Amino acid sequence: MIPLVEMRDISIAFGGIKAVDHVSIDLYPGEVVGLLGHNGAGKSTLIKCLSGAYKPDAGEIYIDGQKAEIRNTRDARALNIETIYQTLALADNLDAASNLFLGRELVTPSGLLDEARMEAETRRIMARLNPNFRKFAEPVSALSGGQRQSVAIARAVYFNARILIMDEPTAALGPQETQMVAELIQELKRQGLGIFLIEHDIHAVMKLCDRAVVMKNGQRVGTVRVDEVTDDEILGMIIMGKKPAQAA
Amino acid sequence: MSDLSPAAPPRRNWLEQLEIDLRLLGMIGAFALVCLCFWIVTDGRFLSARNIFNLTIQTVSVAIMATGMVFVIVCRHIDLSVGAILALASAMMGMMQARWLADVLGLGNPLIAPLTMVTGLAVGTAIGALNGWLVGYQRIPAFIVTLGGLLIWRYVGWYLTAGQTIAPLDQTFLLFGGAEGTLGVTASWIVGGLASLAALWVILSGRRRKQAHGFPVRPIWAEGAVMALVVALIMGFVAILNSYEVPQAKLKRIFEARGEAMPEGFTAGYGLPISVLILIMVAVAMTVIASRTRFGRYIFATGGNPDAAELSGINTRLLTVKIFALMGFLCGLSAIIAQARLQSHPNDIGTLDELRVIAAAVIGGTALSGGIGTIYGAILGALIMQSLQSGMAMVGADAPLQNIVVGVVLVFAVWIDIQYRRRLGMR
Repeated sequence: MIPLVEMRDISIAFGGIKAVDHVSIDLYPGEVVGLLGHNGAGKSTLIKCLSGAYKPDAGEIYIDGQKAEIRNTRDARALNIETIYQTLALADNLDAASNLFLGRELVTPSGLLDEARMEAETRRIMARLNPNFRKFAEPVSALSGGQRQSVAIARAVYFNARILIMDEPTAALGPQETQMVAELIQELKRQGLGIFLIEHDIHAVMKLCDRAVVMKNGQRVGTVRVDEVTDDEILGMIIMGKKPAQAA
Repeated sequence: MSDLSPAAPPRRNWLEQLEIDLRLLGMIGAFALVCLCFWIVTDGRFLSARNIFNLTIQTVSVAIMATGMVFVIVCRHIDLSVGAILALASAMMGMMQARWLADVLGLGNPLIAPLTMVTGLAVGTAIGALNGWLVGYQRIPAFIVTLGGLLIWRYVGWYLTAGQTIAPLDQTFLLFGGAEGTLGVTASWIVGGLASLAALWVILSGRRRKQAHGFPVRPIWAEGAVMALVVALIMGFVAILNSYEVPQAKLKRIFEARGEAMPEGFTAGYGLPISVLILIMVAVAMTVIASRTRFGRYIFATGGNPDAAELSGINTRLLTVKIFALMGFLCGLSAIIAQARLQSHPNDIGTLDELRVIAAAVIGGTALSGGIGTIYGAILGALIMQSLQSGMAMVGADAPLQNIVVGVVLVFAVWIDIQYRRRLGMR
């Protein structure tokens, strides 16, 4: 099977400090891969090479087995790579539909915003992602953390994301809402999306991910299938860089 | 999930079924209260056709600029230079029509008025764009850029005119001032009728669009009530302006100028002033921009969360230039109307307008923290302030007291707005 994403031998340095040092990772359709490590381990920097925010000094990226040039976020979007940022990147004063289509609005033939069609599309996609979502007319500041997160995810999914990058999607959420996002991730998996999940919380990774990549000091410690390792073994990888026997 | 609300919409009272914006209702209520108080105190003079006519004419210049200030403030900026830009545009236009063009083309040439106005609009737009470039691309805070502009532009105009008041102005140009240029009774009725039809079309096509997607719409009775209200307001306004009659002495002068004798018992109403018509067109255009265009959507998105706007691929720097350029254009437009109303260019034209304009926008519900504001609110805000000032002048309150009252109202209005938003759980 051809991997959806293959990042080969990626290196990037900032002023002599090797933020990412010859790291290779891959991602298959319908798979969730967790990226773990301390702050400054290089996981965000690595993934930003995929979302187009950084350009690696060395290494290659393959999408569907084809070599891809990702120079900026627009290139990434064109390859159906969507990023959900930690800070959520929603405009609080606008409603769900306005946020979903922000920067990519639907317009009528006369060039005016087609509000009705945008709301209808928003209702359609939310019915799929979060059937309980009702607050279409309110500004998103009136939504709960989980509802806001589902708007942010809908935004990526609507534009046919095939590769989704989620940066700590549950960091600011309560237990119920975390559960909702977890269900959402399962649903997207079933639809065949590939998801990179940057996480601090080991339990979330064990529950949501198929595989986990652990990084330390810019290098990859190892890649493991989560059902083959214990929490403690992963913790050992993160803290001491100790690679268990079953890791690749 | 916490929001397992039933699918059926909850029963709503009649006010909710009308779907009228409560904030709009509150502002209209406040305006009505002001009018009512002055109406009682002045024995009805405040709501005479004559005073309503004057009030609208006096409001136009500040109201036009206030609509642009809404965009500036929504995007988390401020423009303190609007009065100074107005003064420079006015100085340029004064010199154009009374000196430069008059020398080249000859006094009274029909080209003078349009060339003058284009110049005024261009000057305003150019200075606005410069402000926007300094704020957006050079990252100088708007407060500083426009505070500098407040000191600079008026005095550039002062050098242009050597500090003199410029008069007399071109006759065609004067039509844009208010009382000198009105449509007359018949044309006003026609404009009112067309405006009513346009309003009905907007309401009905909005309803059809909603129905096409299966969204809930107002019940028929409520839709009918709203349409009747809108038409009544438009035609009522026209009726009042039509009922204000041109003084006999003035009519006589007009007939004499045409070399005719005035028929016995001839009367004529003023009707809709051209300047007020311009304000209405600006209001409609700005409302469409705010709510139905990408440009407007990006202004509100950037005001709500600049980082989100940037990450969504919006060019927020260019957006800033466009917003300030539009503000400058509206300053130029206001300069035309203010100058024509005064029938001259005095050097103190538009002094303190920046404060009136910002106050109008803020009284109208524009939040200085960004992301929130409406065009109709700003216009109502301008109208409320002008009503207070002219009403108090009528009662005989002196200028210091007028300023004190307007200041108190400004702070009070913002306080009310904050309370209202807190109730709704908005921020």
